[in-house]
Amino acid sequence: MTTVYVPLDTAAVAAGGDGVATAVSETGHEVVRNGSRGLCWTEPMVEIEDDGTRLAFGNVAAEDVAAIVDQRQRHPKCLGEIDDIEYLARQTRAVFDRAGTGNPLDLAKTTILRECLEREPESLIAEIETSGLRGRGGAGFPAHIKWRTVFDTPGEQKYIVCNADEGDSGTFADRLLMEGDPYRLIEGMTIAGIATGATRGYVYLRSEYPIAAGIFQSAIDNAYGDGLLGEDILGSGKSFDLELFIGAGAYICGEETSLLESLEGKRGEIRVKPPVPAISGLFDAPTLVHNVISFAAVPSIMKHGGEWYADMGVGRSTGTMAFQLAGNVQRGGLIEVPFGITIDEIVNGFGGGTRSGRPIRTIQIGGPLGAYLKPDEFDTPLTYEAIAELGAGIGHGGIVVFDDTVDLARQAHYAFEFCEVESCGKCTPCRLGSVRGKETVAAIIEGRDVEQKLTIIEDLCEVMETASLCQMGGMTPIPVMSAIKRFPEDFRR
Amino acid sequence: MTISVPDFGTPPVVRYAEPARRLDANGHGASPAVSNGVEYVDVTIDGASIRVAAGTSIMRAAREAGLDIPKLCATDNLKAFGSCRVCLVEVEGRRGLIASCTEPVHEGMVVRTQTEQVARVRRGVMELYISDHPLDCLTCPANGDCELEDVAGAVGLRDVRYETGANHLDAVTDASNPYFQFDPSKCIVCSRCVRACDEVQGTFALTIDGRGFGSNVATSEDTFFDSECVSCGACVQACPTATLIEKSVVDHGVPDRSVDTTCAYCGVGCSFRAEVKGDVVVRMVPHKDGKANHGHSCVKGRFAWGYANHRERITTPMIRETIDDPWREVGWEEAINYAAKRLKGLQEKYGRTSIGGITSSRCTNEEVWVVQKMVRAAFGNNNVDTCARVCHSPTGYGLRQTYGTSAGTQDFDSVADADVMVVIGANPTEGHPVFASQMKRRLREGAKLVVCDPRRIDLVRTPHIEASHHLALQPGTNVPLMNAFAHVVVTEDLVDHDFVKERCDTESFRDWLEFARDPANAPENVADVLGVPAEDLRAAARLYATARNSAIYYGLGVTEHSQGSTMVMAMANLAMATGNIGRPGVGVNPLRGQNNVQGSCDVGSFPHEFSGYRPVKDDAVRAEFAAHWNVDLDPEPGYRIPNMLDEACAGNYKGLYIQGEDIAQSDPNTQHVEAALGSMECVVVQDLFLNETAKFAHVFLPGSSFLEKDGTFVNAERRINRVRAVMPSKAGLREWQATQALANAMGYAMNYTSVEEILAEIAELTPIFAGVTFDLLDREGSVQWPCNDRAPTGTPVMHEEEFVRGKGLFVLTEYQPTPERANRKFPLLLTTGRILTQYNVGAQTRRTDNIEWLDEDVLEIHPADAETRGVRTDDWVSVTSRIGEITLRAMVTTRVAPGVVYTTFHHPQTGTNVVTTELSDWATNCPEYKVTAVEVRPANHRSEWQDRFAERARDQAEALAAAGS
Repeated sequence: MTTVYVPLDTAAVAAGGDGVATAVSETGHEVVRNGSRGLCWTEPMVEIEDDGTRLAFGNVAAEDVAAIVDQRQRHPKCLGEIDDIEYLARQTRAVFDRAGTGNPLDLAKTTILRECLEREPESLIAEIETSGLRGRGGAGFPAHIKWRTVFDTPGEQKYIVCNADEGDSGTFADRLLMEGDPYRLIEGMTIAGIATGATRGYVYLRSEYPIAAGIFQSAIDNAYGDGLLGEDILGSGKSFDLELFIGAGAYICGEETSLLESLEGKRGEIRVKPPVPAISGLFDAPTLVHNVISFAAVPSIMKHGGEWYADMGVGRSTGTMAFQLAGNVQRGGLIEVPFGITIDEIVNGFGGGTRSGRPIRTIQIGGPLGAYLKPDEFDTPLTYEAIAELGAGIGHGGIVVFDDTVDLARQAHYAFEFCEVESCGKCTPCRLGSVRGKETVAAIIEGRDVEQKLTIIEDLCEVMETASLCQMGGMTPIPVMSAIKRFPEDFRR
Repeated sequence: MTISVPDFGTPPVVRYAEPARRLDANGHGASPAVSNGVEYVDVTIDGASIRVAAGTSIMRAAREAGLDIPKLCATDNLKAFGSCRVCLVEVEGRRGLIASCTEPVHEGMVVRTQTEQVARVRRGVMELYISDHPLDCLTCPANGDCELEDVAGAVGLRDVRYETGANHLDAVTDASNPYFQFDPSKCIVCSRCVRACDEVQGTFALTIDGRGFGSNVATSEDTFFDSECVSCGACVQACPTATLIEKSVVDHGVPDRSVDTTCAYCGVGCSFRAEVKGDVVVRMVPHKDGKANHGHSCVKGRFAWGYANHRERITTPMIRETIDDPWREVGWEEAINYAAKRLKGLQEKYGRTSIGGITSSRCTNEEVWVVQKMVRAAFGNNNVDTCARVCHSPTGYGLRQTYGTSAGTQDFDSVADADVMVVIGANPTEGHPVFASQMKRRLREGAKLVVCDPRRIDLVRTPHIEASHHLALQPGTNVPLMNAFAHVVVTEDLVDHDFVKERCDTESFRDWLEFARDPANAPENVADVLGVPAEDLRAAARLYATARNSAIYYGLGVTEHSQGSTMVMAMANLAMATGNIGRPGVGVNPLRGQNNVQGSCDVGSFPHEFSGYRPVKDDAVRAEFAAHWNVDLDPEPGYRIPNMLDEACAGNYKGLYIQGEDIAQSDPNTQHVEAALGSMECVVVQDLFLNETAKFAHVFLPGSSFLEKDGTFVNAERRINRVRAVMPSKAGLREWQATQALANAMGYAMNYTSVEEILAEIAELTPIFAGVTFDLLDREGSVQWPCNDRAPTGTPVMHEEEFVRGKGLFVLTEYQPTPERANRKFPLLLTTGRILTQYNVGAQTRRTDNIEWLDEDVLEIHPADAETRGVRTDDWVSVTSRIGEITLRAMVTTRVAPGVVYTTFHHPQTGTNVVTTELSDWATNCPEYKVTAVEVRPANHRSEWQDRFAERARDQAEALAAAGS
């Protein structure tokens, strides 16, 4: 009995996955549309399973299918047995352990939920505290503090909100999880609901992820069908309702307070804190807001214990991080490893250097508002603390690689432009500063009054960093100033 | 120079929190005080020790303590927003800079409002602002009153280093609103206007469109005028720049002084600052300390005061022999002597009671006092009445019977504690817009709403508010509605037995129980009469009866019925039975129509009562007045307005002094009123304009607008507000002076030398006003009566410990259907009301740009009724009742129920009251304006009456034109 796995995730489909699937079905073999394993550079990556052994084939085109099925190991696109692929074998998958192994909707719907339903909320929160889990959305805030705050704050109705508005360029972990293992997220959110006393949850998903939306909605429907959501989950007497909400295309709604405004049906605009959402969030009720990966880590933590999770990583950066490697790189994809791995191991080890073959000049880490680093900093271990010392942040785990043709002045210009396009417009530094910053960098690129303009940029960056209402404007100076500081020659020509 | 008022940036934690105060060295370290349920903490700001209510923003704490922190997006009547980022401060132990508007203080907090970095960053923010702002400050209308300019100065901005880049300097001004303009090129996108529209007014007409640099203030339509904007002015007031600014300021420049006074439109009684240059009023700005309005206003009070300078204002006395003669301008003395001579002559010829007077609910208490005193003392009879006769007289009667006092039970702020509001026969968003905003705020917080009205008023469904029940009852069925509520309360045992036992009269309660229990009053048995499903009635009654605090708010839709007084008592019964009386959040609340309708009643305008609602028949009371006034007083009650008119038609009533009233337009059965006026031999009208009544007058005494007056008004919550003259009297004599002169000429000596003296006499002779003086009002801003030794600063909520009458009295309220019923000939029921931009007979608002919103009265008719009559929107239709006919335009709308038609009476040429009938409340003669059986037909010409009206208008215009020549 032969089963052929053809990924259904957005990247594989974009690379022709659906055509491949059709071609496979024409061979008469059973086709399973699985999630992605995260080896994006080689999508569509087809797996052929015979007697429990899976052979992987990279960059399969529809016209390759007949030959692959026919030739198996002998085909030049064969990557070997899936478990032997180094890119995967070197990872430690605590969150993505099931993603890609089968059809996302056929995976087990729960792994530890029944046991969690029987535990006291306090002990669930304690488990999270032991694990040292920190928010994977970007800020790295200790998760248990939020859980405990929501738990402790009185309120008739509390909410769990999942931030799946994955807007950072070069990031895709949330999408891979929702397309590859949606039940993991549902289970994580449900456990969070049980622990904090919240009985309603929302997943705020960006509109640019239609495939994830379809899969996730089906997963919710299936979970309701099996009594895993709604009233009296598995006869426990506990309830949790979950709803998928599709955003309207604003990057700023990835910021949690804007997200909540948008979820309430309002204009996506930053709310001032305090109060924090854990005290007064959605509809002014106590609300636990986490990123997809944070929630998805919960079932494993509950299953294996907080200690197990805390044993991975370094210092206060515990557990695994799903890095996403993209840009000008040989092998871009998802790399889930414990904290502490160096940048070099990710970029050169996993990534294999630039796709263009030219030397790496810089990477940008932590999304479009992340810092540009130089190769001589690549031996830094990837922990929240070590990266912060570089004046950078891990953020949501995105790393984008650039070769030596990159112009950092243009990248600084782009940073301001990105801020201009995505600013909600509420606070002045971001609304006006982004535009003036872009215009001033443009003048620098044209070589006009460069030193004076650089002073203006430096002043502007201080204003944006210290005075912006949220991290959108507050972090825009990071790519700009890291570029100016590390690559001054690009600005003074 | 500017005349700005202090702005603390963010609202107080609670309204009654003590302001921040600086502590001396000894005070520091004392345990944080808790007083009045508010906790106070000690903080250090710029080295000063300050004690302030916990939870106060750093900004407010600092500003209350006299330490200025710059701000642009913050203003103290809006929630902190945190967008401008110029208010950043340093907080010890905190990283970075903190926005002082959004950060609450806590015990021991140490704040520095000025450091090198703070200064640098603030300057940087201002540099950004100014990089997208026109540099035309010298010619800008806000020059001298611009917060952006102030903050740029305060932070020391000296240079804008950015090159010319993208900007909004070419944005086009929207001048569509008659009163203010919107110049987006000057906008700093602080959202204060948007937030004011949301939080203060509750209309949600504005939004920020676009995002980022493209963010801009927008309405749903292309212009403000075409949008949902109700022109309340909250956005204009909130704007820190010249973006939203009064056109009058554009024209005149920034005002240089201000006078605190009270609006002369509706019964809300908003406090205003009249901002003036010389003696030219530049703008009216709602007063933040106004206890009725808390800094809010509506289109009328805020903008529609231009009538005071309208070219049709008459400022010279005029007389004529007959009403067909041309007018002749004369001096005051001649006019007064002429009037006195004719009135005395009438008394000689037709008897002492052949003349009388009508006081105005728009005049001050002091002016009204002098008129009623003139009638009683100089005319020697009690033929004085007031226009409350035709609006809230049943309120006075009904609440007096049941509770012992002729006024509403609560203050407006009480609504903030209401959990359920039942609005009956009132249209607050149109008639009492500023209070409506307060109601809407509470409704948005989650209070429940029941609307009982034949029309779907805006409150039924408005942004973020939806009534739990809209009981669209047939006009004239209020009493069975309340009886059904009572039935549900009694039969489902929702009675508050403890309250009733302790506070109410047992015997009358027992009778009432019996009455309410009668199955005839069951919702199921009255559903057909009301046209409201029984289950809705039950649900609404339960909602009212079971909430923690339920409040009834009502208007003329309750009183202007043949059973108006019955209905008032039915509501009073219900409130007592459910224990909804005597504390904040509850009560029976009349929304009184005119600015001083409460006051004019309080100070003795009724033919049967002296001031303070004491009977003229009461010998002791009368003796007190007689002694004080040094005159014999008639023990017999005089004529009510309808009696005066009837007696005039019968030839027994010949002379009338009318102060600021237009009975020829406002009273029912216009043709009867006209006949009565036409048969009188001396009609003296005191008014700003030659109104409809003045067309029948022999003497015209020019009045003064509220901007020219001193004195007091009493609003719907019994609040005595101060009115202060803003500009000199245009007519030379003020009303009280003119009336006093007439009294003297009639032979009764009055020698007041100031308004203050009149108030002193009112206080002396009126127990509920005993403690009221100008000094007290200047000190407190305003007080609510009773104001006396027991309540030296007034009484916000009445009947707290016990009812004024002792035990609350239940009165049986049997339903007697009005004889005015739809029949084959007149199958529709006409009900009348008003709209936001116009006021009453429109004498004032029609003479302002408010006319742009409604230039004629229109008839609302349901599509089903329109269809069968072949009527479309904008068609001319005739409306015929058994007594008259008018023609006006139709508007087909589902706002009215089938079988009901609706119009307003703002325009004299419409003649709405030509069709309304003489039927009236059994107890008080308040006319049944709200129910007239009519037929509606397509029409192609004016009605006969309207033709006659036009003719008279032409003749009288000629008579007036002759006056000046």
